[in-house]
Amino acid sequence: MSERVEVTLSINGRDYPLRLEPRRTLLDAIRDECGLTGTHMGCEHGVCGACTVLLDGQPIRACLMFAVQAEGAAIRTIEGLAAGDALNPVQRAFIAHHGVQCGFCTPGFLMLATGVLARDPDISDDELREVLSSNLCRCTGYQNIVTAVRAALAELRGGAA
Amino acid sequence: MKPAPFAYHRPTTLDATLRLLAELAPQEGRVLAGGQSLAPMMAFRLARPAHLIDINAVAGLNGLAVRERGLRVGAGVRHAEFHRPVVDGPLGVMLASIVRHIAHYPIRMRGTFCGSLAHADPAAEWCVVAVTLDAELVAVGIKGERVIPAAGFFRGPMETTLEPDELLCEARLPLLPDDTRFGFAEFSRRAGDYAQAMALAVLHLEGTLITAARVGLGGVEAVPRRVAAAETILEGEVPGAEAFNAAAAAAAAAIEPLQDPQTDAQYRRELTHAMVYRALMRACPPPGAQR
Repeated sequence: MSERVEVTLSINGRDYPLRLEPRRTLLDAIRDECGLTGTHMGCEHGVCGACTVLLDGQPIRACLMFAVQAEGAAIRTIEGLAAGDALNPVQRAFIAHHGVQCGFCTPGFLMLATGVLARDPDISDDELREVLSSNLCRCTGYQNIVTAVRAALAELRGGAA
Repeated sequence: MKPAPFAYHRPTTLDATLRLLAELAPQEGRVLAGGQSLAPMMAFRLARPAHLIDINAVAGLNGLAVRERGLRVGAGVRHAEFHRPVVDGPLGVMLASIVRHIAHYPIRMRGTFCGSLAHADPAAEWCVVAVTLDAELVAVGIKGERVIPAAGFFRGPMETTLEPDELLCEARLPLLPDDTRFGFAEFSRRAGDYAQAMALAVLHLEGTLITAARVGLGGVEAVPRRVAAAETILEGEVPGAEAFNAAAAAAAAAIEPLQDPQTDAQYRRELTHAMVYRALMRACPPPGAQR
């Protein structure tokens, strides 16, 4: 057990003052210290992508970062996607196109897609497929995930969703 | 799957970083940059540093600029910066095509160019780029700065000639003339997996003949390197299947293959042959072929 340090995490616009060991990952802190369990814990070594969150708008693996490193950054998790009852376009597209099976990978995919579409709305279809290979879906429901994200992208660009 | 305890340090200046490194390196202190290799190794407890010196808040490490005919990549520059060409000419295009092979998008958001070199995984793409282009790697410590040629930097898997109290603060890649041709090929079973073999070919044509050929290999030996046996064969040859096959065969014969449960020595030689051939074909596609 190492000495605990004080860290304030800003998640979905709210500050969480925490006292934790430096070895606590951002993922641990989000789930266990802040109680935001929508971010899922899969492999804990950066392979599965279930823990993907946005750090200053960038999709990252929350298990590959220590919570102390995230001080001062704006973190966004699945709990911060909808505005009240209004789901974000990627969430709506996942429902419309059945991009969800068991649901375990879903928060990671939603954060990944939301981050990528906001950062790179001109992304090519090949690049989009490559990006979506970042996360694992063990139901192998990739086709509907790809369809949903394409639809969200089309909506974002002002085309037919 | 949880890292062992460590003390965390977050310096904001290079001076403070180097002082911490000098003090803590002998006490199992390590530099934390992007953390995309170190954090998983810590989760598996393959690495148990007692101190982490986080360089993410250090001012002045994010430089990415052309100076003296070279691209200078600071220790804070992340893989994702290379998604679009960072410099005009073949070098920017080359880096943008190769970066797509590095792990996955969210990993590329955090992982750093210099961190990848310092980590020295035999299958790391940037390590192959560094040796193939004869990059210069700048190491700093409290005792001063030294420039290490890439050919003398990699010593073994995850082992470099960097001293424990030194920080790899910058990599310098030579700009490539506009007529430079290059091709890169990598084999892994799934997108984003560690490569089982990769090759980077860089060459010029003088008239119709190959000159100044460079062939770099990664993921096939303990360290990435240029293969002189393949480069010599290409010199003065007409580009095409015959010369490329001969060079690929020479590369495959020249290596001391890494072996792992997926890939025995023979298979790795065959992959090496195929990757060198493909890299050369991409550098000099036959007329009418799609590049």
